[in-house]
Amino acid sequence: MAKVAGDIKSEQEQENMVNLLLDEKEIQVPASATVLEACKLAGINIPTLCHMDGLTPYGGCRICLVEIEGQPTLTASCVTPVREGMKIQTSSKKVREARKANLELLLSNHPLDCQLCDRNQSCELQDLAYEFGVRKIRFQGEQQHHEVDLSSPSVKRDLDRCILCGRCIRTCAEIQSVFAIDFANRGFESYISPSLGLPLGESVCINCGQCIHACPTGALSEVEHVEQVWDAINDPEKTVILQTAPAIRVSIGEPFGMPQGTISTGKMVASFRRLGFDYVFDTNFSADLTIIEEGTEFITRLTQGGKLPLITSCSPGWIKFMEHFYPELMENVSTCKSPQQMMGALVKTYFAQKIGVEAKDIVMASIMPCTAKKYECQRDEMKASGYQDVDYTLTTREAARMLREKGINLAEMPEEEFDDPLGISTGAAAVFGATGGVMEAALRTVYEKVTGETLPKLDFMDVRGIDGVKEAIVDVKGTPVRVAVSHGLGNARTLLDKVRAGDVAYHFIEIMACPGGCIGGGGQPIPTNLDVRMKRIEAIYNLDRSLPVRKSHDNPAIQKLYEDFLGEPNGEKAHHLLHTHYSCRDKM
Amino acid sequence: MLYRAHVLVEMTSNSIHLGASQVKERLEREIAQAGLSSEIKVLETGPLGGGVPSPFLMVYPDNVMYAPVHVSDIEEIVTEHLLKGRPVERLIAAGARPERKEGYFQPSPLAKEKRVVLRNSGLIDPGSIEDYIARDGYLALGKALSMTRQQVVDMIKDSGLLGRGGAGFPTGLKLEFTMKAAGDEKYVVCNADEGEPGTFKDRLILEGDPHSILEAMAICAYAVGADEGYIYIRAEYPESIRAVEKAIESATESGLLGDGILGSDFSFRAKIRQGAGAYICGEETSLLESIEGKRGEPRVKPPYPPQAGLWGKPTAINNVETLASIPPIILHGADWFKNIGTPTCPGTKVFTLTGNVNMLGLIEVPMGITLRELLYDVGGGIRGGREMKVVQTGGPSGGTMTPDMLDVPMAFDTLTQFNSALGSGALIVIDDSHCIVDVVKNFCEFFLHESCGKCTPCRIGNKRIVEILDRIQRGKGQENDLELLRILGENMKETSFCGLGQAAPNPLMKCLDYFREEFEKHVTEHLCDCQVCEMKPKRKKLSV
Ligand SMILES: Cc1cc2nc3c(=O)[nH]c(=O)nc-3n(C[C@H](O)[C@H](O)[C@H](O)COP(=O)(O)O)c2cc1C
Ligand code: SF4
Ligand code: SF4
Ligand code: SF4
Repeated sequence: MAKVAGDIKSEQEQENMVNLLLDEKEIQVPASATVLEACKLAGINIPTLCHMDGLTPYGGCRICLVEIEGQPTLTASCVTPVREGMKIQTSSKKVREARKANLELLLSNHPLDCQLCDRNQSCELQDLAYEFGVRKIRFQGEQQHHEVDLSSPSVKRDLDRCILCGRCIRTCAEIQSVFAIDFANRGFESYISPSLGLPLGESVCINCGQCIHACPTGALSEVEHVEQVWDAINDPEKTVILQTAPAIRVSIGEPFGMPQGTISTGKMVASFRRLGFDYVFDTNFSADLTIIEEGTEFITRLTQGGKLPLITSCSPGWIKFMEHFYPELMENVSTCKSPQQMMGALVKTYFAQKIGVEAKDIVMASIMPCTAKKYECQRDEMKASGYQDVDYTLTTREAARMLREKGINLAEMPEEEFDDPLGISTGAAAVFGATGGVMEAALRTVYEKVTGETLPKLDFMDVRGIDGVKEAIVDVKGTPVRVAVSHGLGNARTLLDKVRAGDVAYHFIEIMACPGGCIGGGGQPIPTNLDVRMKRIEAIYNLDRSLPVRKSHDNPAIQKLYEDFLGEPNGEKAHHLLHTHYSCRDKM
Repeated sequence: MLYRAHVLVEMTSNSIHLGASQVKERLEREIAQAGLSSEIKVLETGPLGGGVPSPFLMVYPDNVMYAPVHVSDIEEIVTEHLLKGRPVERLIAAGARPERKEGYFQPSPLAKEKRVVLRNSGLIDPGSIEDYIARDGYLALGKALSMTRQQVVDMIKDSGLLGRGGAGFPTGLKLEFTMKAAGDEKYVVCNADEGEPGTFKDRLILEGDPHSILEAMAICAYAVGADEGYIYIRAEYPESIRAVEKAIESATESGLLGDGILGSDFSFRAKIRQGAGAYICGEETSLLESIEGKRGEPRVKPPYPPQAGLWGKPTAINNVETLASIPPIILHGADWFKNIGTPTCPGTKVFTLTGNVNMLGLIEVPMGITLRELLYDVGGGIRGGREMKVVQTGGPSGGTMTPDMLDVPMAFDTLTQFNSALGSGALIVIDDSHCIVDVVKNFCEFFLHESCGKCTPCRIGNKRIVEILDRIQRGKGQENDLELLRILGENMKETSFCGLGQAAPNPLMKCLDYFREEFEKHVTEHLCDCQVCEMKPKRKKLSV
């Protein structure tokens, strides 16, 4: 398992301190720290490239060098434990020159065309070149060249920009336990490749995009759909409709300089309306709908002896993971489409009817925190109206770029409301964006539906927070309902292996592919790290608390939708439009 | 299957171009026709470096080298030498005349020779455990089992044995660390990856005396508290693998491996793992990764293998030659061993002489011998009466010795003082007809090829170094190229992740220093005095 830097050390360890001489200054640090961590504690952030908190230290880039007295060579601080009495220099001439030399070597094998790069201004390599004051690259020579891999519906790989830090590999293996990619070849010819040398689109990659967050450069990014969306907006024949996911409103402010964790729902709606969408709907509406459908499914299984545990289905990365690695759990997974797809299906049927436009003339776009949603919307099963439920999925980053291209500064926009009727939602839908949110929203509804009583307390604290696997037992009128929540597929694997082995038994499980849930999705603004995730989660719960209606089944628009159009939850029409099925995939 | 002799055929891109494949094919055919297939084995080998004409044939254990050979020579070599035992004088590489002794051809003179690790090689049938036992085999194991673990460790510590795999780390200390490391499950590993070009001493021991390695591993296992061991042999050594397999089999049958060895409660099993074919897999932590079935990439150190090695368990990993020294130490005592070699570096060392020296071959001598003795007494001098230019010790990653070092005693500590290294003991002799830029580039190309790619300075640095040397050779050297080389070399040495990258620039740095003028002449005057580099013609200045 990954060693989390700055892990909460056991008390015994905490007492176990060592003395160091850091840049001529005496400091005390925990004996278990690395030199890199020790420096950080003393306020010096040693530059790094291959290091990433939460992943096994690698020691490959040779940027985090320091000079340690008595060592024959310079030392990589990220992989070196502290020792009592260590004397460390972090900015001697030798250290500075060596760091710069290695940076220049990396740059000598890198296209120097930052203007053309997705990560221009959010690239760690670029930052270091600036910070180190690189003015010219002394070492010039051949550069490695690879074709851009566009085989995946979600993740674009431009290996010419890859610096072989291995962060993507470790993320995919240690955080996601997918093991889709690894180093191939050796030496100067090394490159990152999916196993068996397959294109990424044919591999076990589950499209989560966590490797994009791990990547310090522009080697990994989303497959872009910006042009297609612009074309739709500029096409007078088309009615272009947007939906925005629960996690966008707490992150879209970041690219516009708003503090992390700002809620900017109204500004977001106003901005995208200005961009040219004919209607701006809220995926939170269909999140409420998901709760009704999935909650009903759960109650049926619980009371009529169906397959349990029921496992949530709104995370498409998790769905593909299940199809590859846990096909035997297929019948446990809810048949509900994700909120994105439910919205698409409704827009092209219910809403199309309402406004008298044919489904073929509607372009449904979405802004999602997620790269796997790009893949989900292209799945064959997702065509309730006969047309793709959702045509284009944009990541938060792409959406922000479109606004900037047009010259809209979201931070300065007025607040506006979503369009009716698919824009009305509850606090239950709001928490979908955070790990544990779907579970919490479902419990609010399930409890009241089963018991017929009002929930005494809406907040289910046990399923909140950043622990990898969370459990709770909810007393539903004498029946203890056991639930579990996990996020990050490595954690999911741990949980599911226990379930499969019969070590634990649950009624209901929520699984999100990305650490932190959707607010930490692969399509979210960069940086997305633990700290940023926590701030976005906090915003999500603040939003929930601020809303007048906090239970999905109390959403008046949802009630009306069933009355006017859908009929019964899990009824025939609902089934046709809002549910789906899965298929087995290879493990390799 | 035991072979009476081995014929090594040089198989490199160059020699194949010059007909090596046909030579090998013909050789195998002739040997079969002469009915010698069961006695003589044809093997492929890498380059010897230096100026040996390609392709060459090397006959072991006779130590006769034919170079260059043509397909038309093969019949005569087979009928005369291999069948009748009469080397074909006419075809022997210039100066490499052997002398017959004890039924074998040996390099001459042999006065300096001292056989410890090669005590049995060539004298016993390696396939026969009885032969080994008859020469005191497994006696040391018996003795060790009657001692305490600490006593065994102390004895090896006292002997002053230093690891022969290249780094020269005290073997006894390594065993002690492993012994004292916490944990019930421990391992011993034998490093038989032998990837240095020009080196084949480990192979000789594995194939000539495989039981000595098993016995040594069992002794180490007993000392550290392990009951399982791995022998990591490069896949290019199928004969070695077969020899060791057979030895494991017969030792197990005889109760010298397995449960309750020699009536004690000590159990030990040895398993073979085949190398992944990359030079970096010889580095101990990459080797462990490779045994675990992962990509051969070095691990972060610390922890070192004695703390956390194979599958995270304490592991003592030793080179073949190191191990082969252990049974005699146990048997004859630390003092006996200390009497051989130098006070700070006791014991013997197997050297392999290759390149532009009259007598090519392998010899075991006491540590402390000088390069002059090795080159001139043992090796019979530089071929063609030329002068030595450099001698590369221990393959490309070892040390580079320049003529000023002829009288330095060859031992770990003394060579380190001269910014050189003993390495694995291969001596690639390069005479003064060679261009230093060319020589250095050849070494650097080796590392470019062998770099695993994990770390920046080695992955990209090697590439840039070779590119610069290449342009210097083509007469396109730029004004600050030598400075760039120095920076790149220094950076690689200072900042590389593992020993490969740290050692890679050794030849470059040493030669940049010692042969500064020759380098400068290439860069500024576009002149290669050895006329090796094809410089573009110097442009005449226009006089206006
Ligand atoms: C790049 C590299 C290659 C190496 N190759 C070998 C090898 O082929 N055989 C070997 O015994 N040691 C090799 N070593 C040394 C080993 O890492 C290690 O030091 C040795 O196995 C320890 O055994 P010893 O103490 O008996 O020498 C290599 C080291 C490096 C850095
Ligand atoms: S998208 Fe997710 S599964 Fe695919 S390679 Fe990246 S981290 Fe691995
Ligand atoms: S793709 Fe990005 S994260 Fe992966 S190794 Fe290359 S630079 Fe690092
Ligand atoms: S120095 Fe670096 S790139 Fe070179 S072999 Fe060692 S780890 Fe691999």
